[in-house]
Amino acid sequence: MQNTIYQKIWSQRVILNLIFLLLLAAPLFLSDFRLNLLGKFLAFAILAIGLDLLWGYTGVLSLGHGIFFGLGAYCMAMYLKLEATGGGLPDFMAWSGMSELPLIWIPFQYPIVAIILGILLPAIIAFMLGYLTFRNRISGVYFTILSQALVLVVVTLFVGSQNLTGGSSGLTNFNTFFGFSVNSATTQTAFYIITVIVLGLVFFLSRKLVKGRFGKILVGIRDGENRMRFLGYSPSAYKTFIYTLSAAIAGLAGMLFVLQVGIISPTMIGIIPSIEMVLWVALGGRGTLIGPVIGAVLVNAAKTGFSESYPDIWTYFLGLLFVLVVVFLPKGITGLFEKWNDRRKKQDVSSSVEVEKSYS
Amino acid sequence: MNEIILTLFNGVSLGSILLLIALGLAITFGLMNVINMAHGELIMIGAYITYVIQNIFINYAPPEYFDLYFIISIPVALIVAASIGMLLEVSLIRHLYKRPLDSLLATWGVGLILQQTARSIFGAPNVGVTSPSFLSGGLELGSLILPYSRLFILGLSIICLISIYIYFFRTASGRRVRAVMQNRQMAECLGVSTRKVDMLTFAIGSGFAGVAGCALTLLGAIGPTIGTSYIIDAFMVVVVGGVGALFGAVSGAFGIGILNTVFEYVTNATLGKVLIFIVIIAFLQWRPSGLVMSRSRSLD
Repeated sequence: MQNTIYQKIWSQRVILNLIFLLLLAAPLFLSDFRLNLLGKFLAFAILAIGLDLLWGYTGVLSLGHGIFFGLGAYCMAMYLKLEATGGGLPDFMAWSGMSELPLIWIPFQYPIVAIILGILLPAIIAFMLGYLTFRNRISGVYFTILSQALVLVVVTLFVGSQNLTGGSSGLTNFNTFFGFSVNSATTQTAFYIITVIVLGLVFFLSRKLVKGRFGKILVGIRDGENRMRFLGYSPSAYKTFIYTLSAAIAGLAGMLFVLQVGIISPTMIGIIPSIEMVLWVALGGRGTLIGPVIGAVLVNAAKTGFSESYPDIWTYFLGLLFVLVVVFLPKGITGLFEKWNDRRKKQDVSSSVEVEKSYS
Repeated sequence: MNEIILTLFNGVSLGSILLLIALGLAITFGLMNVINMAHGELIMIGAYITYVIQNIFINYAPPEYFDLYFIISIPVALIVAASIGMLLEVSLIRHLYKRPLDSLLATWGVGLILQQTARSIFGAPNVGVTSPSFLSGGLELGSLILPYSRLFILGLSIICLISIYIYFFRTASGRRVRAVMQNRQMAECLGVSTRKVDMLTFAIGSGFAGVAGCALTLLGAIGPTIGTSYIIDAFMVVVVGGVGALFGAVSGAFGIGILNTVFEYVTNATLGKVLIFIVIIAFLQWRPSGLVMSRSRSLD
């Protein structure tokens, strides 16, 4: 028995390491275009892991992760924009008649500050909303609705403040990052490698988090919040923490996204993208860490393939996917694997029983 | 002074639209704890039904009867939206009662499909519906002009509210609905068919969405995303108002409607949205489960 458990862990770890190495080696056999796409998907996968910590493990569904992703992306984009203009005014500000850099843009001249803010800002907003809602035991669908309202508010704000955020066209036309040209193939490969490493780190740390006592508490809150409360834990503190963490991860993903895609606009962070993120997790399998990664890559690969040639069919497909996954595949793709594994194991057991019978 | 009255009137008008939408949501949410994300698309269906009936009248009816189209489209929208809602309940939502968050996602998927269907049939650009002649113009109060269309929507939402009240509190069927809301298991034990009640209530809630869609055609052009622009505000009404109480929905709708208009008047459309969100979060610090809470001893 002991042996098989060891085997299972060992084999899982081997598979994960192999995937990681394969992703790291991808620049060797993928074209620049495909590598860039894969890098984008992996940035989404980082976000999906964070979302899964919140939804899959803690049972709190947020339809507002697009905003955290967007805040990270905008922080990075603001730095890139300033770098591109060489400290001058970005073009859209000049168009809307401004003469000097607005106060909130000033910190983004420094890349380190921009990176820190890209993680910190989403975390602060998530902390405030999380603290104020979880503290009052507002949970379940109520929280979900509030998180969606947050998206509406922030997107309206971003579109409305044309002179600060570039309005609905967003921020684009970047040049350099730490002095390296953003558009050269070498830099893009470097961004890809960084994305893979960050994904690995986020995955590894999240795994540490959920495998331990902390993860058990999260699952406990998901399955019976009041029982955890009666046992003396404070579900609201844990929920706030995991919400904040997940927002920070989303911000990180947003920064990596903007470096590779080169544009960020309000339509990429709005209500529909936010809810699509939930689908990645649902399809891949909530409550597992590898599931969201698989889901994010699969859905986005399908989207890139489909939506360019048949955008109408893609929307139908997306809607149908939501319904099908929720009704027939609540555990996602990883759930399918588990089922298959269980069945195989059962067969093993039954065959061994037969062997015993034949001996007796 | 006039401007203040006009702002207040616009607020009340927005509130009445929100009320019309939120009534349906509050019923389905209060009864079965299901957030129907396709509610906005049921509104859209109501709006497009009005558009279709208008076109039928333009093409086949004598012009002097044109105004009748609006009178006819209200009950038609109600019935069609209600039947689609019932279909949705029987085929999908029924299976997800124990998983509210999942039903939210599934209904969102349904909404997406409905939206795309509308886009395929009617095209992505907005289409216009001509208001009936008896609703054009406005009531003149001194130098103020209150548009009849907005007054009509206010009247319509009050009629809907009263009919829901009569249904809930004066009929046997409504009593069963309330019984299931208060204590599902107990109602079941006493012989109430909760299946039937769920189905019927969901249909009623969806029907009101259809009526709301019908009313929205008076305010401007309609498009496939007409529902989504109102639906989040309507959800906020339900959150603020509390679940399962008509009074909560009414005060939530008018509260949010008036505050929204006032904030937008004082600042601008963008900041108004931010302010109203902050006010709602602040309000929930004081009343976490909404203005009207249904007390019960049950824990999850």
